[in-house]
Amino acid sequence: MKYMLLIYQNPAAMQALPEAEKQAIMAEAGAVMDELVEAGEWVGGEALADPSLAKTVRVRDGVPAVTDGPFAEAKEQVVGVCIVDCETEDRVIDIATRWPDARFWGMEVRPLLSPDGVEM
Amino acid sequence: MSTSRDAEHLLRDLAPQVLGALVRRYGHFDMCEDAVQEALLAASLQWPDGGTPERPKAWLITVASRRLTDALRSDESRRRREDSAAQADRDALVAVATDADDTDLQDDTLTLLFLCCHPVLTPSSQLALTLRAVGGLTTAEIARAFLVPETTMAQRISRAKERIRAAGATFTPPDDTERDGRLRVVLHVLYLVFNEGYAATSGPEAARADLTAEAIRLARAVHRLLPNDGEVQGLLALMLLTDARRPARVDADGGLVPLDEQDRVRWDRVMIDEGLALVTGALSSAPLGPYQVQAAIAALHAEARRAGDTDWAQIAALYALLEHLTPNPVVTLNRAVAVAMVEGPEAGLAMLEPLDGDERVSTSHRLDAVRAHLYDLAGDHDAATRHYLAAARSTTSIPERRFLRSRADRCAQR
Repeated sequence: MKYMLLIYQNPAAMQALPEAEKQAIMAEAGAVMDELVEAGEWVGGEALADPSLAKTVRVRDGVPAVTDGPFAEAKEQVVGVCIVDCETEDRVIDIATRWPDARFWGMEVRPLLSPDGVEM
Repeated sequence: MSTSRDAEHLLRDLAPQVLGALVRRYGHFDMCEDAVQEALLAASLQWPDGGTPERPKAWLITVASRRLTDALRSDESRRRREDSAAQADRDALVAVATDADDTDLQDDTLTLLFLCCHPVLTPSSQLALTLRAVGGLTTAEIARAFLVPETTMAQRISRAKERIRAAGATFTPPDDTERDGRLRVVLHVLYLVFNEGYAATSGPEAARADLTAEAIRLARAVHRLLPNDGEVQGLLALMLLTDARRPARVDADGGLVPLDEQDRVRWDRVMIDEGLALVTGALSSAPLGPYQVQAAIAALHAEARRAGDTDWAQIAALYALLEHLTPNPVVTLNRAVAVAMVEGPEAGLAMLEPLDGDERVSTSHRLDAVRAHLYDLAGDHDAATRHYLAAARSTTSIPERRFLRSRADRCAQR
């Protein structure tokens, strides 16, 4: 079963941390990622550039409006995503729990929709 | 086109035999498995132009043995560089490598299946390793079928091989005390491979539908080796009778068609006839196991030319038996549907009540979907709509969600 992990962070708060602490957090996340790759559970993922670089696009009555910044105005923003393929949801929750951002901000775990189905 | 398909089938059929011969001779299951993959690749590149060799199995064994001794040699020299004191008996191994005879009459497919479905592995690793080592599929093919990157699948397979090595598992069949339990695991893995393919409704369909064919092919191989095992017959019959419905289970728009609305003319009669013959044989063997009972249920559906002809009383009785053999809430859900067809929807709904407290299904879309269906039958369209929508929200399958929403719409309009 595949899941997407949405990594939430307050970029300003992260920026304010001492350099050593930032490095430690990144190393911690890196270790979890290595474990996922090693276990054959890692499907893919990317870190996102700063939310200040986001554009939000809305089309109303056929007219596109492009505004600067993320869709939702909030201190916490999605800063990265990963897709994992795990045996159980418990395993995914465990991964999210160990991701350092979960301690400071939060992780969202979302099952992916599958194109498969059986006749009911 | 058909010749390349034939060549592919030949290679896949030979894969476990070649691997078995190698492991038997040299040990090192993990390295032999890589060597056989390389030999299969070499064959798939060379045979189409150069022609299939007269003794294809011997050809593959020779090539794989060479690859293996090369790998052992470079492994060894690396180890020597790292630790000059290390000595191994690999000279003896190299000496026999050129002797690639074709006289191994023993079929190692089953022993390989036992190894690939070793209990130390997770189900997804068992699946991947079985498809590669026994099925002869490439890592890329397996990755495509499971919709993950090739590197992910490669990692899963190499880790599975590592775990088998760490567990100290050897290339010998399990002893009598273990054998039955281990065979159940093998059958379950083949069943999972089948389902993985059968559930595919879109996407890279060819790769996924191939999994059902692969599962059937492997189940046939096991059946050939254990012709008197009722559960093996049952599993093969269940696969055939289920796969026979494939042409009718998805409509032109890719939507799922429920069993009672399928155009039964489109069911594959050849597969059904083969499945029915197997079920008849399977049911005469004792003791009866869960695959035999599920195959018998599938047979009753297959025998009904119209949905209205279905022998629901017998199906309900078989589900009661299945529930007794393998108590599990999903079986109870199916039994409730069958009971509803015999005794009326209220009887079915009453059977569902205890499941609300069973966390294995209480939050699953299946309980809501069955409840919705039974309320629908009972004419309570409000309740049916509510439960169809709840089921649509909690499924992670796109086609199932589409189906459940369309049912909800239909109920809401009544």
